[in-house]
Amino acid sequence: MNGESGPAERQAITCRGLRHAFGDKVAVDGVDLDVAEGEIFGLLGPNGAGKTTTIRLITTLLPAQPGMVEVFGLDVASHRMAVRRTIGYLPQQLSADAALTGRENVELFARLFDVPRRQRRERVEEVLAAVGLADAAERRAQTYSGGMIRRLELAQALVSAPRLLILDEPTIGLDPVARDGVWERIQEVRRATGMTVLVTTHYMDEADQHCGRIALMHRGRVQALGTPSELKSGLEPGATLEEVFRAYTGDRLDEPGDGFRDARRTRRTAGRLG
Amino acid sequence: MCIVELQKMRHDRTELYTRAIQPALWLLIFGETFSRIRAIPTGKVPYLDYLAPGILAQSALFIAIFYGIQIIWERDAGVLAKLLVTPTPRAALVTGKAFAAGVRSLAQAVAILVLSAILGVALTVNPLRWLGVIVVVMLGTAFFSCLSMTIAGLAMSRDRLMGIGQAITMPLFFGSNALYPVGLMPGWLQAISHVNPLSYEVDALRNLLIGTPGHLLLDFGVLVVAAIAGITAASALLGRLVR
Ligand SMILES: Nc1ncnc2c1ncn2[C@@H]1O[C@H](COP(=O)(O)OP(=O)(O)O)[C@@H](O)[C@H]1O
Ligand SMILES: [Mg+2]
Repeated sequence: MNGESGPAERQAITCRGLRHAFGDKVAVDGVDLDVAEGEIFGLLGPNGAGKTTTIRLITTLLPAQPGMVEVFGLDVASHRMAVRRTIGYLPQQLSADAALTGRENVELFARLFDVPRRQRRERVEEVLAAVGLADAAERRAQTYSGGMIRRLELAQALVSAPRLLILDEPTIGLDPVARDGVWERIQEVRRATGMTVLVTTHYMDEADQHCGRIALMHRGRVQALGTPSELKSGLEPGATLEEVFRAYTGDRLDEPGDGFRDARRTRRTAGRLG
Repeated sequence: MCIVELQKMRHDRTELYTRAIQPALWLLIFGETFSRIRAIPTGKVPYLDYLAPGILAQSALFIAIFYGIQIIWERDAGVLAKLLVTPTPRAALVTGKAFAAGVRSLAQAVAILVLSAILGVALTVNPLRWLGVIVVVMLGTAFFSCLSMTIAGLAMSRDRLMGIGQAITMPLFFGSNALYPVGLMPGWLQAISHVNPLSYEVDALRNLLIGTPGHLLLDFGVLVVAAIAGITAASALLGRLVR
């Protein structure tokens, strides 16, 4: 658009020195990220790592005090509206409106994104079918199971045909079958449209299986970055991402030798809170 | 935004019915009693006729003043974050909510006016005046619901919003001409009444519905300005809720 060409334009998200504090609690502490167009990028870390805060910085909900975020080359601070137009967002909480039917939930977002009236019906049908809810579309969302609600929210995020899909813990609290169902839909849609997906999760196995590249986040920082196999290759064969994570966070801890136990304790606390 | 609220109302009508009970009690008990004892001088107008527009405005106030709770709830449920990541301007979101609150008020207004007519209140039959009533109820509700959303943006929590809402509802109601003429009030209460948009709402409704003399143009002016100010304040604070 601005005549600039080169790698910057193939970058879906660029973050530099991203930092955010709530009072004196530093949630995100100097994060650099590069998400290429078309990839599934996983932001992985325990509860409290700063994943949601990072996402809220990227989605224009929080102002990045120090630091810079660009989405498709647009600076988030100065091009908020343009950035919002490119994003489909699924928050961490179950946020579909239980009082409305599945279709009404999706129609609302078609309207909020200014999908032209003539295309609206068709788009809504399309995304409802894409997430496998065409048959349940007339039922109110309060009758849906957790997995169905998550898929409905996926439809809401997809109805504007976003270039960037941002999913905050899309499978949190779901049983394994429902988790697979959600991931299957995400993969299908991405194959069909080539959109970029940024997804957070604290399920290591999921990230391993579905993400092209992963950033391991801990205490507001990116501790390691790479494809799942790159991350695992540093350890002995057969290592899981779980072990990789422990190895990396262990490295960072102050008291040598005590690192693993501390990392485990953090995870236990996080688990209780989550 | 508004369409959604209408869809929700269509799905759940019980709320509308239960909400109509309180104003009905006001009209029946307070209205009938004070009509009998003639404690409040309202000139040639029967007290019940005088009261009906006041109760109409009151019910709209009660619906609107806690509307911010819905915003807080939407914040907690992640809905607000999702809305704010769409390219729809904040002012449009707030206006939609305010409009929806207005429609809820109108649904209740119908119930109150039907009851009033049954009780023998002489209501206007002029369709233009009815149109005016609709606009006045919508504007008044829009202002008070925006006030509530503004408070929500400042208070940030449901409990604090409830507290503030409860603290200001009664002064707004009693510090207005809804129950009695301003002339009966002590000076300080008159002063409150003069800066209270509810008084202008009641004045307009009374004028339109039962033909008492009023200041229609001034009333409309005050309500429009108040609604715009409310929308502006609420949209400026909406983003704060998701920080
Ligand atoms: N609105 C907020 N106010 C205060 N602290 C917050 C707020 N949101 C998040 N935090 C804190 O910031 C840290 C990171 O949180 P978050 O980004 O939600 O982590 P994650 O999504 O990885 O679980 C946590 O310690 C959390 O308690
Ligand atoms: Mg989170």
